[in-house]
Amino acid sequence: MALVAQIGESVTNGLAYLGSLATLGVRASYYTFVGPFRGKPLRLQRAISQAMDVGVRALPILSLITFFIGLILALQGAYELRKFGAIDLVATAVAVSMTRELGPLITAIVVIGRSGSAFAAEIGTMKVTEEIDALETMAISPVHFLVTPKFLAMIIMLPCLTIWANTMGILGGSLFGVLQADFTLNRYIRASVDSLFMRDITTGLIKSVMFGITITAVGCFEGLATGAGAEQVGRSTTRAVVMSIFLVVVVDLLFTGLFFFVSGE
Amino acid sequence: MDDVTANSAESEVMLSLRELRVAYGDREILHGINFDVRRGETLVILGGSGCGKSTLLRTLVGLEKPSSGEIWIKGQNIAAISPVEMDEIRKKIGMSFQGGALFGSMTVGENVALPLREHTKLEESTIEIMLRLKLEQVGLAGFEYYMPSQLSGGMKKRAAVARALAMDPEILFFDEPSAGLDPIIAAGIDQLILELKRAFRMTIIVVTHELASAFLIADRMVLMDKGNVVAIGTTAEMQKSTQPRVRQFLDRIAEPEVARELDYLQMLTEERRPSGRV
Repeated sequence: MALVAQIGESVTNGLAYLGSLATLGVRASYYTFVGPFRGKPLRLQRAISQAMDVGVRALPILSLITFFIGLILALQGAYELRKFGAIDLVATAVAVSMTRELGPLITAIVVIGRSGSAFAAEIGTMKVTEEIDALETMAISPVHFLVTPKFLAMIIMLPCLTIWANTMGILGGSLFGVLQADFTLNRYIRASVDSLFMRDITTGLIKSVMFGITITAVGCFEGLATGAGAEQVGRSTTRAVVMSIFLVVVVDLLFTGLFFFVSGE
Repeated sequence: MDDVTANSAESEVMLSLRELRVAYGDREILHGINFDVRRGETLVILGGSGCGKSTLLRTLVGLEKPSSGEIWIKGQNIAAISPVEMDEIRKKIGMSFQGGALFGSMTVGENVALPLREHTKLEESTIEIMLRLKLEQVGLAGFEYYMPSQLSGGMKKRAAVARALAMDPEILFFDEPSAGLDPIIAAGIDQLILELKRAFRMTIIVVTHELASAFLIADRMVLMDKGNVVAIGTTAEMQKSTQPRVRQFLDRIAEPEVARELDYLQMLTEERRPSGRV
């Protein structure tokens, strides 16, 4: 009986958590897409500086990681393909797995580590030093002021980073292709591009937008839910990272399933 | 003392509490608070740690929701108004937080100008002038390009006051204005509060446990204990009071030794609040 009650409580808590995230997401979307037409202008300057942080400054590390991932995929793929004498298909294997799955996912994980954690830490510190309370007493909505610029930066930058990550992954694969599979760089790239359908790229990009929304909602929610005291900021940051990774994988599963069953892709 | 009461009795009531109760979960922090604050007076809310004075202040500025009772500010009961109406009230009040609560990513000038940029359609040049004026009022002229981290504790508090003053509020709230400051800097903040009162006839509500500062700035005082108001009166009335709890607080007499474990346990649980703030 106690077990049932415990499971029931966990499920209720989980649903309540998702509800809070959804509320925050909806409010941030309202301020992003509806607010500007109702006299609540977007903070473009803050959004641009966030976009620099979330996007541009993530490029070096993201490039390196996805280049290696592409190379690893080529090596692993070749191991199996070689048995069938189909090593030419290595370009296809890398291109399809990068654009459909690993590009968006690896990008999301890098962004969680760099920015999701930073959102929680920044907002959590502001909570502890009463800056969030100060915003509220000045009649400034913390969601409008703090969350919306991050939200906007994320939903724009994550797809951009994903495209970049896909490209770097394919380039990583090409290193193997050129050195070990008798491709020229030109022919490898052409083979990759030929193997991709538009929907491979778009489904990946749609997922990356959903990941961006998830990461912002979790990071900001955890920040805003920070209790009193500096150690709570550390706790929120950890929770933000763990919950974001988990929820990104869940969202990934949901959308991959959706694409599979709806369009058979 | 008589003329103070006589004068303030005639003037308009700015803020009025009726049977205000605040609870966190099942635990009630404030057990029915009643008092009025009149225009132009400085009311000091005194009390020991955990007496509920910070909770009271947070409730007055709308950061906590009362569980029952009424808070009337400018003819509106903020316990029962919509968030939009509350925002309108908030534009007419200023709050100076204990640690200043300045935004670390903005300069002092940007901090002070923020409410103006958010809520008014003033020209940038007008905002610049107002910002200089506000900084001058708190003795921080020329500091607009400093970051909050470059300021000392006392200067941060002054900057926070300048930000609270930005919208020319009718009521100004202070949370522990002298907490964490050395006696000289703290005296400077007291002077600043007195100047604001004299120059603008501003209604000021201060929460503190510093007796010297309280007697210097207050017109009237409210002494709180365990979520109840123990005494209300002018500074002179308080000093003459024979109420044991008032005397104990004003004469700084230590709590008698806790004899029984149960009492001690009860004291501990009464002083703890879920958010960790006391």
